[in-house]
Amino acid sequence: MKIDRHDMPEQDAAARAANFGEVNLGFSEQLALLEARRCIQCKEPKCVQGCPVMVNIPRFLEFVVDGDLPSAARSLFGDNALPAVTGRVCPQETQCECQCVRGVKGKPVAIGYLERFVADWARAHAGVVPIEPRAATGRKVAVVGAGPAGLTAAGELVKLGHDVTIYEALHKPGGVLVYGIPEFRLPKEIVDSEVERLVAAGVKIECNVVVGRTYTLPELRESFDAIFIANGAGLPVFMNVPGENFKGVYSANEYLTRVNLMEAYAENADTPVLRAKRVAVVGGGNVAMDAVRTAKRLGAERAMIVYRRTLAEMPARLEEVHHAMAEGVEFETLIAPLEVLGDDKKWVSGMKCQRMELGEPDASGRRSPKPVPGSEFVLDCDAVVVSIGTRANPLLTATCPDLKLNKWGNIDTDDAGMTSIPGIFAGGDIVRGAATVILAMGDGKRAAKAMDTYLMGTQNG
Amino acid sequence: MHLITAKAQLSPNVTRLDVEAPRIAKIRQPGQFVIVRKAEGCERIPLTIADADPEKGTITLVIQAVGKSTRELVALETGDTIRDISGPLGHPTEMISSGRAVCVGGGVGTAVVHPMAQGLFRNGAEVISVIGGRSKEWVIFEDELSRLGKVVVCTDDGSYGRKGFVTDATKEILDAGGVDIVYAVGPVPMMRAVANLTRPYGIKTIVSLNPVMVDGTGMCGGCRVDVGGSTLFACVDGPEFDGHLVDFDLLADRLGTYRDFEEKANQCCSDGECRIGRG
Ligand SMILES: Cc1cc2nc3c(=O)[nH]c(=O)nc-3n(C[C@H](O)[C@H](O)[C@H](O)COP(=O)(O)OP(=O)(O)OC[C@H]3O[C@@H](n4cnc5c(N)ncnc54)[C@H](O)[C@@H]3O)c2cc1C
Ligand SMILES: Cc1cc2nc3c(=O)[nH]c(=O)nc-3n(C[C@H](O)[C@H](O)[C@H](O)COP(=O)(O)OP(=O)(O)OC[C@H]3O[C@@H](n4cnc5c(N)ncnc54)[C@H](O)[C@@H]3O)c2cc1C
Ligand code: SF4
Ligand code: SF4
Ligand code: FES
Repeated sequence: MKIDRHDMPEQDAAARAANFGEVNLGFSEQLALLEARRCIQCKEPKCVQGCPVMVNIPRFLEFVVDGDLPSAARSLFGDNALPAVTGRVCPQETQCECQCVRGVKGKPVAIGYLERFVADWARAHAGVVPIEPRAATGRKVAVVGAGPAGLTAAGELVKLGHDVTIYEALHKPGGVLVYGIPEFRLPKEIVDSEVERLVAAGVKIECNVVVGRTYTLPELRESFDAIFIANGAGLPVFMNVPGENFKGVYSANEYLTRVNLMEAYAENADTPVLRAKRVAVVGGGNVAMDAVRTAKRLGAERAMIVYRRTLAEMPARLEEVHHAMAEGVEFETLIAPLEVLGDDKKWVSGMKCQRMELGEPDASGRRSPKPVPGSEFVLDCDAVVVSIGTRANPLLTATCPDLKLNKWGNIDTDDAGMTSIPGIFAGGDIVRGAATVILAMGDGKRAAKAMDTYLMGTQNG
Repeated sequence: MHLITAKAQLSPNVTRLDVEAPRIAKIRQPGQFVIVRKAEGCERIPLTIADADPEKGTITLVIQAVGKSTRELVALETGDTIRDISGPLGHPTEMISSGRAVCVGGGVGTAVVHPMAQGLFRNGAEVISVIGGRSKEWVIFEDELSRLGKVVVCTDDGSYGRKGFVTDATKEILDAGGVDIVYAVGPVPMMRAVANLTRPYGIKTIVSLNPVMVDGTGMCGGCRVDVGGSTLFACVDGPEFDGHLVDFDLLADRLGTYRDFEEKANQCCSDGECRIGRG
């Protein structure tokens, strides 16, 4: 009998567009069992090849089918430290699920939903799966940045018996998971419980330490045997158009940080955020989707995506685009901003835009947008959120001129994650440019392994 | 957690707090600031490191109570704690090591000028400070600055020092000649006035900008300012810039972004103040 892929139960679109509660509600045990049964247990599972950290998907799914959830959890956590996170935010449609053989004639197994199910089950039933450290090695390691790359590396390193200290610039660990990705997509308590798990295993986390200012990298190098740099790609890029500094123009980073980390979604929060009526979000990635859906939830009558290409080229996760549409987000595609307009008090009053058309595919195979002459018009809006990407923040690297960077300012590493300075490793967005949570975690895991080899080598030698 | 080791009222609305932050006390340089979050749920606000005692491991914050967050901070007492302090942030002040520097401070800006004057003095420059306030009781840091050089005090009502604005006194010093550089920190209109004053003299003028900030690490871009036609982030590219290149109108405008919110918050916290007053 052919069973169709099971849909994720979700909050009603009209209701959720007005609250910050999680949109996806999660599979029930019964749904999970039915969906896991759709996996045909391939001998050479393609899905695993599609996963950047090679989660052994058929293995944990088989445990789900058997109803042995503790074993499913052990199997999953063994491959992936943050399955409750990745199950929710991985772009599965271009990774594990797009390779699944069930997707050839029909729909792929809902690997992400099942991953989330097992991880949530483990948190609810078994408590967090504790990390069991190896005997102490006496080696000291510093991790810079408590985003997914840093947290994963710390977990692996403490497991290997090293003495790990994470330095985090903000007052709360989690990186983009706490300041960027909104509560309605990734509840903060999931990140909090992962952080607790690390602390319980002996990882020290010092917040409010800005490496490059509070300590320089060379200073840290003196007191630690190895360092893992995972400070992300947190420098917002602006459009460089007139009017961009008017009141009501935000970077997505600022907008989302105010709402998420500083909790401005609550009416009486100390940190304010503008609750504009017509919000134009420029960009088409995950970050833009998060910003526009946040605007909707903050009460915007019109929450609009302004994107230069078409829906087909949008880099955002498919599920986010669908969710946004169901919530009433408007998609203004093939449009490029030319200027932000302001009133006499320099509040945003609109955005002058230009229509675009797609030209021939470029070297990367993407059809690049070209302006349509004479198509200028004014988009009515009273806030603009710029979400066209981020660059490497030079704050840390500037204090360590020996560290080799590429032409974009990202840190150069070898395949194992070691930088041009022996003993200093790096991973995540600071190496790759803005990428994904799972790639950042993969880097953390790989670098931890290489650091262990490095550390144990220097001890013997 | 950072313990408050001393507190003093410097003027009717300016309070000095000495706070434990040993690492920052040890390495901070003039011109740098910290981001402070009083307690869970509070706003992150930038404050200049007005002074530091590396031996005791304390930094001095001088806070003007203007809104909810600053009021809550000045309501703390010796023995209380501040949850988060991150720093030192921003670039250190660009210094001269010989010659004559005029340091102009208006209101709480005087506390920001103080570490600059200290640095200049240690570097071997001659320091003349021009400081102002509404009236006598609003003048701060006079004693500290007079240890570093000559101090000219100006009050709006003439109740202390000379009557008039800091710009008038500064102009006389410029006219007397020999000034190599001017530092100005205070309300936006005052910094703009000083920059306009020094421009025809062609004397380099450094101002310390105070846009709204969130993270202080270059991540949000909320602190962007226009300097010489380029957009810069005050927290990482500044906070001090060439006053002749700064777009002060834009700065003043952007500072008004949350005025409605602040007014609402202020009403709540003045209720709070009433309760403190009664208790
Ligand atoms: C809004 C948003 C939505 C996204 N949605 C998705 C999604 O759905 N799926 C997906 O896979 N990816 C998504 N991404 C991308 C993903 O979040 C990133 O690729 C990932 O977080 C990178 O991890 P990281 O550990 O390298 O860096 P980050 O998560 O950026 O963490 C870096 C940490 O380092 C700290 N830090 C920075 N500088 C310093 C310093 N000098 N000293 C000390 N600490 C410092 C920062 O405060 C931060 O906590 C999204 C990104 C954003 C912004
Ligand atoms: C680098 C830097 C250093 C600073 N150093 C000091 C210092 O040493 N002592 C000190 O008292 N203040 C300093 N400030 C200003 C201080 O951060 C603000 O006064 C504070 O954030 C206001 O918060 P609030 O909630 O109390 O007031 P709000 O209710 O937020 O604001 C009240 C009023 O202050 C204005 N305002 C808001 N933010 C700022 C700001 N960043 N700067 C100036 N005015 C603002 C508002 O427009 C409003 O009119 C500094 C600011 C910066 C950027
Ligand atoms: S970690 Fe991401 S890519 Fe890998 S199996 Fe899980 S959801 Fe798929
Ligand atoms: S490819 Fe699909 S069907 Fe095959 S093992 Fe992976 S999830 Fe199961
Ligand atoms: S305060 Fe966020 S970039 Fe300056």
